[in-house]
Amino acid sequence: MTQMVLSGDEAVAQAALDAGVAGAFAYPGTPSTEIMEYLQEHIGKEAGVDAAPGLRDVSTRVAQWCSNEKTAYESALGVSFVGRRAMVSMKHVGLNVAMDPFVNSALVRIHGGLVVVVADDPSMHSSQNEQDSRLLADFARVPCFEPSDQQEAYEMTRSAFDYSEAHEVPVLLRITTRLAHARALVTTAPAGAVRNLGKTDDPYAWILMPAMARKRWAALLAKQATFKADADAASRLELGSKELGVVTCGLGRAYYMENVGDWAQAHGGERPTHLHIGRYPVGVGKIEALVSRVGRILVIEEGYPYVERELRGIFGAPVPIAGKMTGEIPLAGELSADSVRAALGLPPRGGVAAPAIGVPARPPQFCQGCPHADSFTALKKALEGEAEFFSASDIGCYALAAQPPWNAIESCVDMGASVGMARGAASVGQKRAIGVIGDSTFYHSGITNLIDAVKYRTPMTLVILDNGTTAMTGAQPTIGAASTLPALLEGLGVEKEHIRVLEAHRRALDADVAAIREELAYDGVSVIVMVRECIEWLKKVRKS
Amino acid sequence: MTCDIILCGVGGQGGLSVSVVIARAAMAAGLHVKQSEVHGMSQRGGEVLAHLRISDREIFSPTIPKGMADIIFAFEPLEALRHLSWLSAERGTVVAAMAPILNIPNYPDIDSVLGEIRKIPRARLVDAEALAKQAGNVRSANLVLVGAAADLLPVPPDAIEKEIVAFFSKKGEAVVQANLMAFALGRAIPHA
Repeated sequence: MTQMVLSGDEAVAQAALDAGVAGAFAYPGTPSTEIMEYLQEHIGKEAGVDAAPGLRDVSTRVAQWCSNEKTAYESALGVSFVGRRAMVSMKHVGLNVAMDPFVNSALVRIHGGLVVVVADDPSMHSSQNEQDSRLLADFARVPCFEPSDQQEAYEMTRSAFDYSEAHEVPVLLRITTRLAHARALVTTAPAGAVRNLGKTDDPYAWILMPAMARKRWAALLAKQATFKADADAASRLELGSKELGVVTCGLGRAYYMENVGDWAQAHGGERPTHLHIGRYPVGVGKIEALVSRVGRILVIEEGYPYVERELRGIFGAPVPIAGKMTGEIPLAGELSADSVRAALGLPPRGGVAAPAIGVPARPPQFCQGCPHADSFTALKKALEGEAEFFSASDIGCYALAAQPPWNAIESCVDMGASVGMARGAASVGQKRAIGVIGDSTFYHSGITNLIDAVKYRTPMTLVILDNGTTAMTGAQPTIGAASTLPALLEGLGVEKEHIRVLEAHRRALDADVAAIREELAYDGVSVIVMVRECIEWLKKVRKS
Repeated sequence: MTCDIILCGVGGQGGLSVSVVIARAAMAAGLHVKQSEVHGMSQRGGEVLAHLRISDREIFSPTIPKGMADIIFAFEPLEALRHLSWLSAERGTVVAAMAPILNIPNYPDIDSVLGEIRKIPRARLVDAEALAKQAGNVRSANLVLVGAAADLLPVPPDAIEKEIVAFFSKKGEAVVQANLMAFALGRAIPHA
């Protein structure tokens, strides 16, 4: 037993190490990035062995950044197939990318434990939506564990591996931003044994051809009752007031506990009856006990009103339910101690009065000397005087060009979308259709769109901002070396004379503008690679 | 005993190191600690906000409820005004650096910003940059602010000094000494 100060992300990673994870895979994404960073820093070192790729004994343990969440997930599946423990981690929208392997892996006979860690970002601190991964676990019919603090993040990750192996199913571990990025003292347990290589004895357990898949689907459906019963057993019911029953999930518990003392003080010293749910699909036993005891219920959960909706059903619950669907708790944005306080009917705490002067927002912006800024200067200058153009962009630091003074991009939707959107627009007549994408995002999901463009010879220009790193999430390495981009583009079928490698620097501005103009005028697929290292990445390299 | 601390500034100012130093000192004293940070997009030159909660009892919420902060450390003056709703009206103290970071076009007149901070009861405006220069490293301004509120922290100054040494030791002796000096210069500021 050791005590360590860990963030939620780090607690998950430490638990994976202690659980004997053999293969961990990820694509960077806030707020999940630090899971892989911690694993890479620690994996293999505890045993004094290097996790060298290709080593074929039990000491082989790898933690790797991958091209995208789908490739990461599929690598994890391979690890599970050969009987070793696997983890794949991502942000919530990353699960959309990995949805195909995720949903289908629910049907195979998971062998080595597979834990899928998904970090949701309610309030969209660093994301384009606030989707709730619990519903995707439900959709795939896999169990979902949701810790309420860093200690539980550690313990649930450990038990998720065991559960995955016991029930031969992937387990989704759902965390949220404030858990992922908050630090607290965590007590760890002794490390378990690392599993050896070894396949399952069932030759059809992983072959999802229709005849076999039907059997596997039936087997998965048959497990649901067990998942629910286990979720019910793991939930915690504390009897209290008969007036109010409170259901908490995840971090909702922390915000409830922050305020419950004041509620008790206002209600003769008695606390509400409290049910905490940490696993899904939700079981019914303790919920029935709660409903039969209390006069009304308040549901406090981070994300969508998922448990709340289950409780209501279609015909309504036997007691009034308050929560996100009735407005006591805001439907959008993350929970806070303050919003939960209001939902409990407690008066707000007085703060200091607002200042007499307006406080203007200070949005994030390009770092001093950022190569993207010089690229957008060149792009804007190349488009000067042009009435018709479409500048589609993508997910990464360069999305900051949407703001003044740049206003240089017109879309930011999902990873890789800039390439496909520019292509689609160009294919129906839009002139000067441009996709602006970072190198890491291009490798993630831009490439396949470019293949489409080459196939149909769509008149579009792709601008790849090649800064050699995944900058937004803290400068993780890009999967492909910078120097390989031109050869890759040529291999995809882009004409060599229309692959232009330019320096993303103000000293090259005139040449860059001229080259961009030439390619915008070309009636076919052209790719401009704007090259210069990320400033943050350079700092990181110099530090290490 | 509970000490709730808001740390705010502009992305890139490095307020996180201060949070870690105070948190480690508190943990070494056997206190409960929770720290909540901001990562990702907002780190790029935008407003950043971190929470540090210290208590002798179990801490639940990772973030501080509004109106409950005992201290706001503002590494930039406009950011102090942005986060006032967290400050306890009864006991809260704002400790703010005076030098503005002018990276937005509509930054208000700096004198009116400082004037607003002076209106807050118990506010401590600190010329952290000048004292940091005096300490020998402009990047030690954050620790000047910590020194200026050392009397409000739940751990004694020597515990903070010990963690400053531990935290900055890998950056070399000069950086350690500058940060210790910055902390001392902050402590030497007389309070009203």
